[in-house]
Amino acid sequence: MTNGWNDIKNADVVLVMGGNAAEAHTCGFKWVTEAKANNGAKLIVVDPRFTRTAAVSDLYMPLRPGSDIAFLGGVINYLLSNDKIFHDYVKAYTNAAYVVRADFGFQDGLFTGYDAEKRDYDRSSWEYEFDSEGNVRVDPSLRHPRCVFNLLKAHYARYTPEMVERTCGTPQHLFQQACELIASTASSSRSLTALYALGWTQHSKGSQNIRNIAIIQLLLGNVGVPGGGINALRGHSNVQGITDFGLFSNSVPGYMAMPKTSEPTLEDYLKTRAFKEMLPDQMSYWQNYGKFYVSFLKAMYGRNATPENQFGYDWMPKVDVNLDTLRQFEMMFQGKMNGFICQGFNPLLSVPNRKKLINGLSKLKFLVVMDPLHTETAHFFENHGDINDADPSEIATEVFLLPTNCFAEEEGTFTNSSRVIQWHWKAAEPPGQARTDIQIMADLFLRLKDLYAKEGGAFPDPIMNLSWDYRNPARPSPDELLREINGKALVDLTDPNDPTKPPVKKAGELLDLFGQLRDDGSTASANWIYSGCYSERGNLTMRRDPSDPSGMGIHPNWGYAWPANRRILYNRASADPQGRPWSNRKKVIEWNGSQWVGIDVPDFGATIDPTTRATGPFIMNPEGTARLFTRGMMREGPFPEHYEPFESPVANPFGPVQSNPVARVFNGDMEVFGTSEDYPYVATTYRLVEHFHYWTKHARMNAILQPELFVEISEQLAREKGIAAGDWVEVSSNRARIQAKAVVTKRIRPLICDGKPVHVVGIPIHWGFIGATKKGFGANQLTPYVGDANTETPEYKAFLVNIKRINPMV
Amino acid sequence: MTITRREFFRLSGSAVAGTTASLLGFGTLEAVAAEVRPYKLARTTETRNTCPYCSVSCGVIIHTTGDGAKNTKAEIVHVEGDPDHPVNRGSLCPKGAALLDFIHSETRVKEPMYRAPGEAGFKPVSWDFVMDRITRLMKEDRDANFQAVTEDGKTLNAWATTGFLAGCATTNETGWLTYKAVRSLGMVALDNQARI
Amino acid sequence: MVTTQSLTIRNRSASTETPPSIRKDLEVAKLLDVSKCIGCKACQSACMAWNDLRPEVSVNTGVYDNPNDLGPAAWTVMRFSEHEENDRLEWLIRKDGCMHCTDPGCLKACPSPGAIVQYANGIVDFVADKCIGCGYCVKGCPFDVPRISKVDNRAYKCSLCSDRVAVGQSPACAKSCPTGAIVFGSKESMIEHAKGRIEDLKSRGYQNAGLYDPEGVGGTHVMYVLQHADRPELYADLPKDPKISPLVSLWKGALKPLSMVGMGMAVLAGIFHFVSRGPNEVTEEDEENARNLPRRDA
Repeated sequence: MTNGWNDIKNADVVLVMGGNAAEAHTCGFKWVTEAKANNGAKLIVVDPRFTRTAAVSDLYMPLRPGSDIAFLGGVINYLLSNDKIFHDYVKAYTNAAYVVRADFGFQDGLFTGYDAEKRDYDRSSWEYEFDSEGNVRVDPSLRHPRCVFNLLKAHYARYTPEMVERTCGTPQHLFQQACELIASTASSSRSLTALYALGWTQHSKGSQNIRNIAIIQLLLGNVGVPGGGINALRGHSNVQGITDFGLFSNSVPGYMAMPKTSEPTLEDYLKTRAFKEMLPDQMSYWQNYGKFYVSFLKAMYGRNATPENQFGYDWMPKVDVNLDTLRQFEMMFQGKMNGFICQGFNPLLSVPNRKKLINGLSKLKFLVVMDPLHTETAHFFENHGDINDADPSEIATEVFLLPTNCFAEEEGTFTNSSRVIQWHWKAAEPPGQARTDIQIMADLFLRLKDLYAKEGGAFPDPIMNLSWDYRNPARPSPDELLREINGKALVDLTDPNDPTKPPVKKAGELLDLFGQLRDDGSTASANWIYSGCYSERGNLTMRRDPSDPSGMGIHPNWGYAWPANRRILYNRASADPQGRPWSNRKKVIEWNGSQWVGIDVPDFGATIDPTTRATGPFIMNPEGTARLFTRGMMREGPFPEHYEPFESPVANPFGPVQSNPVARVFNGDMEVFGTSEDYPYVATTYRLVEHFHYWTKHARMNAILQPELFVEISEQLAREKGIAAGDWVEVSSNRARIQAKAVVTKRIRPLICDGKPVHVVGIPIHWGFIGATKKGFGANQLTPYVGDANTETPEYKAFLVNIKRINPMV
Repeated sequence: MTITRREFFRLSGSAVAGTTASLLGFGTLEAVAAEVRPYKLARTTETRNTCPYCSVSCGVIIHTTGDGAKNTKAEIVHVEGDPDHPVNRGSLCPKGAALLDFIHSETRVKEPMYRAPGEAGFKPVSWDFVMDRITRLMKEDRDANFQAVTEDGKTLNAWATTGFLAGCATTNETGWLTYKAVRSLGMVALDNQARI
Repeated sequence: MVTTQSLTIRNRSASTETPPSIRKDLEVAKLLDVSKCIGCKACQSACMAWNDLRPEVSVNTGVYDNPNDLGPAAWTVMRFSEHEENDRLEWLIRKDGCMHCTDPGCLKACPSPGAIVQYANGIVDFVADKCIGCGYCVKGCPFDVPRISKVDNRAYKCSLCSDRVAVGQSPACAKSCPTGAIVFGSKESMIEHAKGRIEDLKSRGYQNAGLYDPEGVGGTHVMYVLQHADRPELYADLPKDPKISPLVSLWKGALKPLSMVGMGMAVLAGIFHFVSRGPNEVTEEDEENARNLPRRDA
């Protein structure tokens, strides 16, 4: 989230699309009801189903699953063709005026540079024009035909209300009402907040859905202001934290990247990442990349990381191919993976195409599951009839199930989706012999280190040189680990401007903020963006002062928000280029003549004088502005374009390219995509408020509230198929069939898309074969094995199925 | 509505298994106040924690029996929203309000379990057994499949044949320690649930 | 039974006198704003957790309502109604449970002294150890709320968390409610709060928004804000004009002497039953009788 949960109350319009905040983020949704009750806000819900969020909306409209880009593109077209944009903001704070290279273009559904064989683009033409000094060519008049603004206008001119209705099935009069409400925030004094979650990400072009809302929010001037922003509501309690810590194949903590084989030295690695500014006066904050990365290496290898050995750069593995979950299971399926360790997580129920998963897990030599609960993944080898069709006698995988504590039995921090890091305290001992994950990981590492010390083996250097300076090496404490994360001075740090002054930090002292990090090995910090959360002032994540002096929902002394305890990102954009608030109603910070002051920590250089220096508010970008045109960042192109889901009932109304031209599809998976002849209905999967993934089915109370798997269909489809509420039905895709109860509802309606009716089948995801609920099939038995081209998030929100009534299941 | 005499007696007759005969002495009021159910949290210990489910991260207060004295084992008896927490302000969703049943779930794992090849189920084993066996299997796989260089001779130092899926309901501290340990082994098949 | 706290009584079942009191207690109320309710069932979880209740894990019956009905261990349930009006769908979600009537039909109908009490703060509470399981409260309730347990053959329903209210806390459901659809306070302040909500709803086009605090039972200590207060029946048959059953009036009126005899016999039968068979068994005949109890006046 760019903004915080409490900040939602400042919104004038709330758009919930690609998510179901009332059900999936219920207590955060409280602030939507506060905005409605106390700010007169209007709530718009756009969803294939009339959800429990829609139940309290002012305006609801349906759309066909997988057609979000067409809808949002239509909104962009409305804003541009009706001139409903916040002009001053767009001109000053976005790249609207930047001129794009002459060889960039878009035709027949493809941008320039496409290579059909590689299913990939050469993205070199997706770039600005630069002058001889390396500065971007800018046309402040916005008249240049190739400036971003005009390219944007041209690209979305095709996204008319007629095309929106034809593609999405959304009635034009409702779409019009949504556009008008959204456009009402194209001013300095009103804001719209966009709340989304997996409804936008679980598509083969999910990242481009997010890009679309970013474009809309920038055109409206709603980024960096109270009640605005682009707010990913996110998943698990610490999905934000674990993302921040880079537990991905190709990531390093703090949104840095793993080195590639093409970067043999630290210098090679750093030179392509510390982006030089593209315009005068810009901060281009990533220029500090080297300080963050070297400090990270010092946290990894401690005193063993020296300038002579490039701070241990060679010890970090190099990653050319991203081994994400889908690829890992593909490797397993191909027999190319021998071991697999799950720390929590229940992939058997959450990765698509269960048949393939069981097959893959069965080929492993060993599987380790650490979990407080008996997960289906750990029990994958068991036979539960059609629900889990495995034959244990045929499966040679050794399986280890390690009992871990639950949240109540440990201490440490979680980071919520608004980036607030909060410490929690232990209430009781874990049951039986359960241990903490920290204890298990330490044991695992120390035993392996011991084996390598005794026996030697493949490249033991990074293992032997890893820093492990904990008071009790077998049980590092969360307190020690959080200090290591925050970072410290390794030697006395002198003031670079005046070395004669007393040191800024003495050796061993905790750092105040990432601004103190250095690239010479004199500082260590595991995750630069967390630097500041545990300084010599103490563990700030423990703070529990609920006060909110401004009344704007900032709560500056509750926990610690990264970065720098800032609660609203890009808040420099809440003031005009001269440093004056765009409006008093949406004021966050302002220039008082000598520094930036306000209700939140400025997202800017505290003393940069806006009257003399034209530094842009988007300091992480080398342009200093936000991007309407993303250059080469996204694999599909610099503007989002509508493509159909890989399984779709209609031909793409926008052009000849049916589905995402760069999405990765493995051999064998393309063949099991279904067609609308055999599978005429569009299915979408989702969570229900009564359950959390595959977790609460172990909790009796939640089992009582929602005991049994069901699917939801419209009254019309129910009539066509002779299905009554409470009947058993079979839902099939080209990969599997599942059985469930039928809920027949007015909340799902057939949509008319491209001239024909499209029925939607809704499938909640929460059931399995262990726990307090009734046993049930999983939605992932049906779903296709394809992910978003940028993130490899599987396409769970739109695929094809058939449905029929069956006799009661025993 | 009218009521027949027979219906009346049928209704009366449905009264069963009463355990008090005070009815026979009915008529006067004995007290001006009535007992309510005793307040069950009167002397429990309160611990601040964070709901482990979604990323709103609501504040919760966990109530345990006992006062921390050495001879009393603390049992978690109730979980309620933290009224001071700026986001949830004491409220909880149906999942958070039911956390007690997750903590005490019948399907919690309480001891290390092992399933041998071909077996139909798990059997309980010791921590030493599982950790020895797991690390041995990991080392065998790493030693056999670690790639120091690419085919064209570039430094790689990666181990890709054992995968690691990190949880996202684990703490940041766990995440960091996991990152350290996993990368020190050269593991590159690393992912977490953020994607899904 | 250890008493750690108690509440002042206003009324008591099968008792001839209303206790005089020199004190003025704060009258409490819970306000359920249907227009803010998302049907998340947090209140159901909170109710189960606080009151240590775990009804059976049931099945899906083609709707979202689970448990499917109120029960002796399900003191509150959400009732989901899909309503279409002016080409617009509304999902009306009503939290059902005891209304804590000012003039409680259950208490009037109850023949067992002190088994149902009404506290001075307005809460109507069932006192299990005085309950004889006769089912009269079921008959007396115009909202079809009390349920008889098969486990101990006593009547149960929402207590408005009298144990929490007695120590100055709000009911568990009200505290848990994520959207503030449930609020708790003095009856006066709840009526005031409702006014603001009704004004907001009218500004959003709900011309018939209003407060449900029905006169027929003397007003209630659980009130609703309804978008369509002119048609409460849209909300899963919320009675438009609830009244105490004539049967109860009859019991309290002309037939009283006769009914006392009937009750006496019933209780004696009950004691005999207890002595001979123990408290937890219910005969099929008893079951049948319980099933045949009239549930609500049409």
